[in-house]
Amino acid sequence: MMETKILETQDISIGYTHSKSQNVVAQNISISLTRGKLISLIGANGIGKSTLLRTITGIQKPLLGNVLLNDKNISQYTTLELAQQLSLVLTEKLPPSSLTVFELIALGRQPYTNWLGQITADDSRQIHHAMEITETAHLAVKKYYELSDGQLQKVLVARAIAQDTPLIVLDEPTTHLDLQNKVGLFKLLKKLAHESGKAILFSTHDIDMAIQLSDEMILMASGNVIQDTPEKLISINVFDNLFENDSITFDRDKVKFVFKNL
Amino acid sequence: MQSQKRHILFILLGFAVLLLFVLNISLGPVRIPTREVIESLMGGNASKETWQYIIINYRLPKAITAILAGMGLSVSGLLMQTLFRNPLAGPYVLGLTSGSSLGVAFVVLGAGLIPGFLGSLLLSSAGIIIASCLGSLLVMIAVLIVSQRLRDTMAILIVGLMFGSFTSAIVGVLTYYSTAEQLQKYSFWVLGNLGNLSWTSIGILSVSVFTGLLMAVFSIKPLNALLLGENYAKSLGLNYKKTQLVIIFATSILAGSITAFAGPIAFIGLAVPHIAKLTFNTSNHNILFWATLLIGAAVMLVCDILSQIPGSDITLPINAITSIIGAPVVIWLLLRKRKMLL
Repeated sequence: MMETKILETQDISIGYTHSKSQNVVAQNISISLTRGKLISLIGANGIGKSTLLRTITGIQKPLLGNVLLNDKNISQYTTLELAQQLSLVLTEKLPPSSLTVFELIALGRQPYTNWLGQITADDSRQIHHAMEITETAHLAVKKYYELSDGQLQKVLVARAIAQDTPLIVLDEPTTHLDLQNKVGLFKLLKKLAHESGKAILFSTHDIDMAIQLSDEMILMASGNVIQDTPEKLISINVFDNLFENDSITFDRDKVKFVFKNL
Repeated sequence: MQSQKRHILFILLGFAVLLLFVLNISLGPVRIPTREVIESLMGGNASKETWQYIIINYRLPKAITAILAGMGLSVSGLLMQTLFRNPLAGPYVLGLTSGSSLGVAFVVLGAGLIPGFLGSLLLSSAGIIIASCLGSLLVMIAVLIVSQRLRDTMAILIVGLMFGSFTSAIVGVLTYYSTAEQLQKYSFWVLGNLGNLSWTSIGILSVSVFTGLLMAVFSIKPLNALLLGENYAKSLGLNYKKTQLVIIFATSILAGSITAFAGPIAFIGLAVPHIAKLTFNTSNHNILFWATLLIGAAVMLVCDILSQIPGSDITLPINAITSIIGAPVVIWLLLRKRKMLL
């Protein structure tokens, strides 16, 4: 697989603008997302992970600097062009509806369908492909509200796969899942990145698992953002400073966080 | 299998609308045999000249108005429910109808305040339609702004309620300044009436309703994307602002023009989309749009038949009938164990 960069930021500052004052959440962020790699985004609550995700997916503008998608400023893409490059899996709850799993995944084809949203043979092939990879084909006729959290998360990933974009961004996809489903989802994302050559970025609080399974990690700590392979990050001791709390430390030999003073 | 069942349902619904259409024309203070109605509708002449006269000048316009009003109000309800992601939305509940009433009240009751030519211009049917559409447009925009400020679905309903009270208060004030004749005209309009429309008025109403429905057809794909919420919809390439604008105009034209001609009609816009969702067990607007259209027409024809109490020459106001049927349906929908869906 060729190592092609798909998304890149150069020294951007992220945050919010309130009428006149700026609220800077983090600055000097330089990260890059490469095809075929599973990249995790970690950091404590409130450090600005969501703001960073919102910024690199074009939902909000950086306060300073540019987000480049395929070497072109992301703000120059129309929503439709962007939808063909980037698909999302969000944390928000879906509004109550009686969409079936098939219909939900099929919505991923909207950037390609005609004005009525009709599914062509090619669309149908992509939808079935997405259901196959995520092992959700047996759920196709079920209503989405009948699914367990684990199944729903897989279906939402299937929808993103059906959107057929080189980049997939997931916001805390493992949050409500049990251990078995977490591992299952991580493995699915890894397989997807390696086999289909997509760049996959996800934020998570399951740091132990992220260290073991991601190809690269983006680590947000107060003041700075570092991107590298997990091994490299361990070797330079950055995980010790991840939490501003003495009772949590990182054990390099076990590759695990340990708790003291309990 | 599933789609086959849906096809059969659609065919049955189509027949039901046709049957109700003929029945609607045949029933009334003067009962006209169904065979004669069909004969007359096919371009022939009914065997009695009075029957022919009644059909062409009274019953047929009324049946067509019922179909237009049923389709338009139901579809505007469907659009609003999905746009606001609120299963309880509808043109009456969210106050669009009240907005229209206010527009009409200003024109009918307030025209006396403006002397001469301008006053009479306002009172023409075009003036009333424009005032009515503007009224519903204003309320729709207000509700939209509130819905973006407060992401709370219940708050939107309360805003609709407030508009209702606000309207009746303003109308109350206006009545003090209006003549008995104006007041009578307005009171008659408020009761709602599908009949008494000239063929010209029906022409204007048809153009308005079909414009609104056409805009709704173009919104089918965006509406399906909106079932995942605003953020997912945008990530699927949806131009949210444009979609919002098209839906705002579609609902305002539909609710406004129908209210201008037929008076405020309650509950059709809220109840019919849910009947369609339950019957077809889907949220897919490719199906829901057509289902809502047909069920809306059928329900309105039934309500109109019921408003002519069979065997008497009393005609009840259509708004009373839709409320008597609609209110219990909505309460039943709310009381069901399962949540109401989009």
